[in-house]
Amino acid sequence: MSTLTGPRPAEAIDTAGHRLYWAVVDCWTVVRRGLLHYVRQPTNIAWQLGFPIVTVLLFGYVFGSAMTVPGGGDYREFLMPGLFGMTMAFGFMNTAYAVVLDSTKGVVDRFRSMPMASSAVVTGRGVSDLIAASIDLLVLAGMALVIGWRSNGGLPATLAAFGLFLLLRFALIWIGILLGLMVPNEEAAGSLFAVAFPFGMISSAFVAPSLMPDWLGAIAAWNPVSSTVTAARELFGNPAAVGDSWVEQHAMLMAVVWPLAITAVFLPLAVRRFQRLSR
Amino acid sequence: MSIDYAVRAEGLQKRYGRTQALAGCDLAVPYGSVCGLLGPNGAGKTTAVRVLSTLVRPDGGRAEVAGFDVTRQPRQVRHRIGLAGQFAAVDEVLTGRQNLEMFGRLFHLGTRPAKRRSAELLEQFDLAGAADQGVKTYSGGMRRRLDLASSMLLAPAVLFLDEPTTGLDPRGRNEVWRAVRSLVSGGTTVLLTTQYLDEADQLADRVAVIDAGRVIADDTPTALKNAIGGARIEVIVGEAGDLPAAAKAVARVTTAEPETDQDDRRVHAPVSDRVAALTEVARALQDQGVAVEDIGLRRPTLDDVFLQLTGHHAEAETAP
Repeated sequence: MSTLTGPRPAEAIDTAGHRLYWAVVDCWTVVRRGLLHYVRQPTNIAWQLGFPIVTVLLFGYVFGSAMTVPGGGDYREFLMPGLFGMTMAFGFMNTAYAVVLDSTKGVVDRFRSMPMASSAVVTGRGVSDLIAASIDLLVLAGMALVIGWRSNGGLPATLAAFGLFLLLRFALIWIGILLGLMVPNEEAAGSLFAVAFPFGMISSAFVAPSLMPDWLGAIAAWNPVSSTVTAARELFGNPAAVGDSWVEQHAMLMAVVWPLAITAVFLPLAVRRFQRLSR
Repeated sequence: MSIDYAVRAEGLQKRYGRTQALAGCDLAVPYGSVCGLLGPNGAGKTTAVRVLSTLVRPDGGRAEVAGFDVTRQPRQVRHRIGLAGQFAAVDEVLTGRQNLEMFGRLFHLGTRPAKRRSAELLEQFDLAGAADQGVKTYSGGMRRRLDLASSMLLAPAVLFLDEPTTGLDPRGRNEVWRAVRSLVSGGTTVLLTTQYLDEADQLADRVAVIDAGRVIADDTPTALKNAIGGARIEVIVGEAGDLPAAAKAVARVTTAEPETDQDDRRVHAPVSDRVAALTEVARALQDQGVAVEDIGLRRPTLDDVFLQLTGHHAEAETAP
């Protein structure tokens, strides 16, 4: 076998410019892999969206007639931005699951033993998850339009609202990577649902916090998901049922502050955890 | 340290909690040779490979791979090594070809050379027919071969194989062995870990026996087997009282002192001319009217090597 006649790349020139170049190229290669997964398993998108779609039927049509929106307004109009927010909130499980699969199967070790930019393992995951989240939002928005949801905020505001959803999803990538590196196996990753469920539900996504018991309403109001959802409702021009608390009054501000704060805390933790793999 | 060695480790130390995985591990593998790292579970084989392939930083000691320090020059090392671990570290969803092309890009081969090299490797590893099927549909042997191919994309100077055949059926094992042999004939230096003496015997020029994080013997497979004495004859008698008579019969065919095991009513000793020894012992026992429960020849195992070298059995302890 012609082992030693195989290709030998030029020795990596170790300048900052080269590093940046390869960090971007390697990130794209890892992103391509994530996209190939969707191409090879298109049903995955259906599975991922199964829960939000069932939730729309449940909340929109089964419980919907019993739901009231404080301050008035159509419940389904209120519901749809909540559903977008919940889908983003649950997204960190997809990140964690993909990371745990790669690290238990040795793919992360293979990457780390290669001369690629090691940052690409993390950034590639993040970018492909954001692309997947955009596809999720697109499909959900299509479904929302079918059942009669509309954005009355005009194009710039509508895009800004979707931008806020993706900003939340971006922040949760780091929590997902951290958890994915911490849990020992796939089964444990599955049990993360016990964390995701209250995180997505105890928020303003389905019911206005002002209708909950005081203590629970306070928790729901301070949930980062609530700020994003309420801000998006305002941008879409949907009924928002904004409560009196400071955090609800400043939803637009908090929809930006929360994701940035989460990123500031969890990005370094995730990177540190990744670097500690060599210990 | 000299450049003449593809792998050179001196006094490697690594501790995980209360387990001392490496306790001053020394290793020297000349270029172009195959070194088998032989030891039971938990002996430190995997940790040694992880240190040498830059995945884990050692607590102490130093190591050079292909002339570069693994802790200070990991990038240079990574350009020159291939690693195939205990699990086939390939993407299950992608096809074999997509896997190789992705890893090729990440090795910075460039898109077209990566495609070309992938096609070449698929051919060499006998995977061309299944190249465009998802890895999910591959057999265990095929996955390992794809894993091997992935670690060969750069034509590495040094290839680390961590238990390359563990969990494979005999056929898959043969497939992997064949693939490794052809890599070696191309000039790659290979460091492979294994729990099986016969695997080391099949593939390695030298065998380093590792126990409790330290290399306790480093020799050719033949020399190691000679040290244990090749095959052993083993007699199990019906009555413990017959053990001395059995020992006497066995003593006639061996140059070493026969070992007697009271609890198992067993006498065993190394022999060189295996069939002649078996016939002679059987006849002697029959002449003396000893009731024999079992008599036979046993090939030396990892456990024998360990008993010989360390005085204790190769117990499978908890892996790190």
